[in-house]
Amino acid sequence: MSGALNFRRLGAVARKEFIHVLRDPRALAIAIVLPMIMLMIFGYALTMDLDRVPLAVWDQSRTPQSRELISRFEGSRYFSVGARPGSYAEVEDALARGRTMMALVVPVEFGRRVASGRKVQVQVLTDGSDANTTTLALSYADAIVRGYSQEILVEKARRLTGRPPALPLDLRFRAWFNTDMESRIFIVPGLIAVIMMLITALLTSLTVAREWETGSMEQLISTPLLGSELILGKLAPYFVIGMVDMLLSVLAGRFLFGVPIRGSLALLFGVSAIYLVGALSLGILISTKAKSQLLASQFAFVATFLPAFLLSGFMFDIGNMPTALQAVTYLIPARYFVTFLRGLYLKGTGLAQLWPECLLMVAFGTLMLGLAIRSFKKRLA
Amino acid sequence: MMETVRTQALTRRFGELVALDQLTLAVAEGEIFGLVGPDGAGKTTTMRLLTGILEPSSGEAWVDGLHAVREAEGIKDRIGYMAQRFGLYPDLTVQENIDFYADLYEVPKAGRSERLERLLAFSNLTPFRRRLAGNLSGGMKQKLGLACALIHTPRVLFLDEPTNGVDPVSRRDFWRILYQLQQERVTIFVSTAYLDEAERCNRIGLLHQGRLMACDTVEGVKGLLKGALLEVRCESPRRAAGVLRAAALGSVALFGDRIHVLAADADRGRAAVEAALQAGGIPVLGLQVIEPTLEDIFTSAIPEAAHA
Repeated sequence: MSGALNFRRLGAVARKEFIHVLRDPRALAIAIVLPMIMLMIFGYALTMDLDRVPLAVWDQSRTPQSRELISRFEGSRYFSVGARPGSYAEVEDALARGRTMMALVVPVEFGRRVASGRKVQVQVLTDGSDANTTTLALSYADAIVRGYSQEILVEKARRLTGRPPALPLDLRFRAWFNTDMESRIFIVPGLIAVIMMLITALLTSLTVAREWETGSMEQLISTPLLGSELILGKLAPYFVIGMVDMLLSVLAGRFLFGVPIRGSLALLFGVSAIYLVGALSLGILISTKAKSQLLASQFAFVATFLPAFLLSGFMFDIGNMPTALQAVTYLIPARYFVTFLRGLYLKGTGLAQLWPECLLMVAFGTLMLGLAIRSFKKRLA
Repeated sequence: MMETVRTQALTRRFGELVALDQLTLAVAEGEIFGLVGPDGAGKTTTMRLLTGILEPSSGEAWVDGLHAVREAEGIKDRIGYMAQRFGLYPDLTVQENIDFYADLYEVPKAGRSERLERLLAFSNLTPFRRRLAGNLSGGMKQKLGLACALIHTPRVLFLDEPTNGVDPVSRRDFWRILYQLQQERVTIFVSTAYLDEAERCNRIGLLHQGRLMACDTVEGVKGLLKGALLEVRCESPRRAAGVLRAAALGSVALFGDRIHVLAADADRGRAAVEAALQAGGIPVLGLQVIEPTLEDIFTSAIPEAAHA
């Protein structure tokens, strides 16, 4: 293909694509509503915070000491004391049926031994099916029990010496960036990256394949239209839609999920634009290769959503992956966008720290756009 | 003769299938050339090779002096092409479709609206300019396709079965437009499976199973039929045709209630037909020598297709 890019032809394609989108309410709905729905579903469902773990308590002691321990569990936001079983059979039943996640068993001698300053065991039984949650819940339970036994020690020392002892180590803890340590604030920026990748690639994956399917492509390739004009013209309306989606996602994140943005808004949208070009071009590349809408959309889903969801660091920490898989994550552009958005949202970092991610996204966009244009052939068969 | 389209042993294979086999032909400037043949003859393949959207397996072709492979993009400026399948956008209006193609061909803004009006009037689409293309009738869709292919005043027009599935009145309109274009020295390369339509062309090429069987004026092609064509009318024509075929009198074809028999000699053929039918006990109602039609040419040249 020869000849220079002609903006009149490019504009004609862009105009026609805009008309296609505007006159197809279903396509428009997918483009605007779907990302919002995904943001809602994932934003609310995907919480990694552990809140109000259902706890069953079997207090065999029934003393002020055992009630004190149980009240500490009741007072914690991490536990919600529910069932009060009266036997191991009932404890087992509650765990097996999933009515409780954890059970605290206080032995008969608890009150007596605590009062006399002797060592006593408290049993915690847990449903270990979900290892992560169990580990978290156990550590919360451990902290409560430790706190209580420490107080008993302090009280004992005060009685012996007449003054409270100074503990040798004092941990002063402060979480930066996400001060309340809410996983929502961490999840939403990453979620935006994943959704944008999927939606944009899905939208454009249909455009070229549709023209092959309906036969309009045969007419198009008989004209002087260049492949680059066709591809860029097709990108234009979806780029606008993608930016609207991005804006809506950011607004939803801010006002629905209450996720603050600490970094620059200009940088946020500027880098999003670059990321969008890459994702849109990937969709077009898939579309030119597939030549059928069904195949293209399925392939776009597999090629964008799964890696972006699983390998971008959004769901699983890349540092914990096997080395080979870690190497693969470098090929996933969502990885860079997730890092960028989290940095910008949570830490307010800018180009000074995030330039490698931005540069890699520019490289991805350029590569995808180039491949999309090159892979389009003005030939049949 | 100025040749606008020329092919030299143009061949295209799809795997084992030879869709077009060594096509060699030439079309003069300002001519209406018809590529005639049944479905699967290779008409669409020829169109696609000439418009530079399909590469030949071997052989060469030139359109308006440009090579169909090496200068394919140059050709695209000078031709108008209407694919067999409606290739416009059903969700765009008549005018939006034409405007889109005007932009693709970089039709100068100056004088463009006059040209658009003229094309709309020419194709009787003016009242429908704001209608979505998807809501047009079959005939109007074809006229819109033609208008889009003509917006840039092409030198050569390639029309692949443009009147397929179009009602007779619209077909007549369509051909009226083609004759007007011919007056403007536009070369028209049209394919058709309709033989009555082939008769409207200046010259035709008969294509069958990828091979060019004949290429001449309609009269010239008809002249290729050696011998005399007899039209037989009789009782139970289907059985009579069987009897005549069994008698090996030459090519026998059934046209409704008439039988066409191609005989080497008129008088001897007439006698042989009468004898054969008499022997078969079939009374003859009429027997005369007639002028061959293109259909006769086809049935005699392609016997297997005629009986299919």
